[in-house]
Amino acid sequence: MKAKYALAGAALAASALMTTAAWAETIGFSQVGSEGDWRPAFSANMQESAKEYGIDLKFANAQGKQEEQLRAVRAFIAQGVDAIIIAPVVVTGWDQVLREAKDAEIPVFLVDRDVDVEDKSLYVTRISADFNLEGKLAGAWLAAASKGTCKVVELQGTTGSAPAIERKKGFEAVIDQFPAMEIVQTQSGDFTTEGGKKVMEAFIKSTNNLEGICASFAHNDNMQLGAIQAMKEAGLKPGEDVLMVSVDYVPAIKDALAAGEANASVELRSAVGKFIYPVVLDYIKNPTELDKWIVIPSDLHTAN
Amino acid sequence: MPVWLKAIVQSRAVWPVLALVLILIVAGSVSPNFFEIRIVEGRLFGNLIDILYRAVPTALVALGMAVVIGTRGIDLSVGSIIAIVGAVIVWRIKMGDPHITILFSALAAGILCGMWNGFLVSALRIQPIIATLILMVAGRGIGMLINQLYGGTDPSFESALLQWMSTGSIWLIPTRLILAAGIFLALWLLIRRTALGLFIESVGGNAAASNLAGVKAGLIIFVAYVLSGLLSAWAGVIMTADTHTSDPVSVALYIELDAILAVVIGGGSLAGGRIYLGMTVIGALVIQALTTATLISGLPPEYNLIIKALVVLSVLFLQSANARKAIGSLVSRRAS
Repeated sequence: MKAKYALAGAALAASALMTTAAWAETIGFSQVGSEGDWRPAFSANMQESAKEYGIDLKFANAQGKQEEQLRAVRAFIAQGVDAIIIAPVVVTGWDQVLREAKDAEIPVFLVDRDVDVEDKSLYVTRISADFNLEGKLAGAWLAAASKGTCKVVELQGTTGSAPAIERKKGFEAVIDQFPAMEIVQTQSGDFTTEGGKKVMEAFIKSTNNLEGICASFAHNDNMQLGAIQAMKEAGLKPGEDVLMVSVDYVPAIKDALAAGEANASVELRSAVGKFIYPVVLDYIKNPTELDKWIVIPSDLHTAN
Repeated sequence: MPVWLKAIVQSRAVWPVLALVLILIVAGSVSPNFFEIRIVEGRLFGNLIDILYRAVPTALVALGMAVVIGTRGIDLSVGSIIAIVGAVIVWRIKMGDPHITILFSALAAGILCGMWNGFLVSALRIQPIIATLILMVAGRGIGMLINQLYGGTDPSFESALLQWMSTGSIWLIPTRLILAAGIFLALWLLIRRTALGLFIESVGGNAAASNLAGVKAGLIIFVAYVLSGLLSAWAGVIMTADTHTSDPVSVALYIELDAILAVVIGGGSLAGGRIYLGMTVIGALVIQALTTATLISGLPPEYNLIIKALVVLSVLFLQSANARKAIGSLVSRRAS
């Protein structure tokens, strides 16, 4: 008898599990790859927060290849998932596969990077941080910290890359509001520590030990860390002699902020699941027209 | 034309040196205190020092490249070797090894990479450009995997020994310059005061003929790639200690191209059979002087690569025998 009850109990539990499984939304997520520090953290957060929202997440790593990504998206369509999230490897070449998803009535959401498609109705919305806003936030912090009077040296990211272009534009848009703020030197440090250090060394010489320079704005923390080293080697005190503001908030800049060698860093969030999943789940329950870009707010960290 | 002038004009050394001098003059006119040298934080400080200082990694890699090119080979994997060396250094530091051991582990990693390249080229007879392409492509991935061994989220470190070798100084002179001068001397002695240089040049000139003459071409080629791996590893130690961090994805990106360029500006031929160590260093200095001059010029960064391409083109144009003959005949026609 006991065995019979146990069996029935197990069957009941199993059927209960199956019901929840049937109720849980299945979402396919195609990620770019696992380059750098930021992206693996982003992938891990997407997988962890899927559990919190009770989502059955199918995760596909495209290893930086678009053809791999197209294959993953087609597999998601074939499985009949409830929604597809794509972090595109490249901006072009998406029309066909997105049309296939639309024909299968599966909504597609973009995260991180943008795509270039003629028919914008092929995807629901893009949920991502705004590089331009990051530049503005850095500029606004600097304007306040320097009380609107500041000669800035700028370490640009890789020439022509989207974050470099937009962070520069956003930063300039803010400091243009202040007549006594200007960028006096700008060069590309290619987003690397090595590049940032080389460029800052040259700036130190061409501006006579950063005479009259009040701030260094770097398009990412790595370059700023290089700049900090170059300044220390030249006997300058980064963070005191010159205000240091940059973007990313990587672990090493946290140490620099704590040591007073950096002053502010705009965070490029990797914990973005809590911004992405609610939008996707709401849309699955209640499909309404959304803005084509939902901006994940940026956060700015200072030394204290 | 006087004989001495003719000798100078026809010397292969004159054009790269002239290019270097011209770049410095232009930079000096753009930036008034360009030639100023002061003492800051117990070491010499100024643009000229920067050029020497920053040229060291490229020059070291280029010296190895010159030896490999002398065998009619090429080593595309130098940047990846630097990435691997950087990852090994940070990994071993996080594991708590003594830093002197880490230095030798780093150099051993470079030698191992060189042995792999040498094995592919000399034992398997794979064409050098393809053989070294394998490590060039895979190396940065290997670096990332090594970073995974300790978690890899915060690859920054402090090391008194390695930083002294890279950014420290001895009696006002940056340590890396002194060490690089020592390495150059050792390499020069090895190439020019033993038979190795002759063997390499003969293998590069005609491998089959030198084999018949009793030179073990395979062994010579193998040694050349190992030397290149070792010199790249030294550059890797300097670059990694310079930034106190390992960044396998982007460290020393395209350094193989700068190294090949330095060899060619120095008068080396990709057809092999010649090694010019001193001129290769001049070639590396030309490239670095150009980079430093562009950085302080205040031009927008969009112009960096175009300026570089134009200067390199003009140096190579002046080195071309045909172009020089054309200019020479033009000048002598005027004179007569």
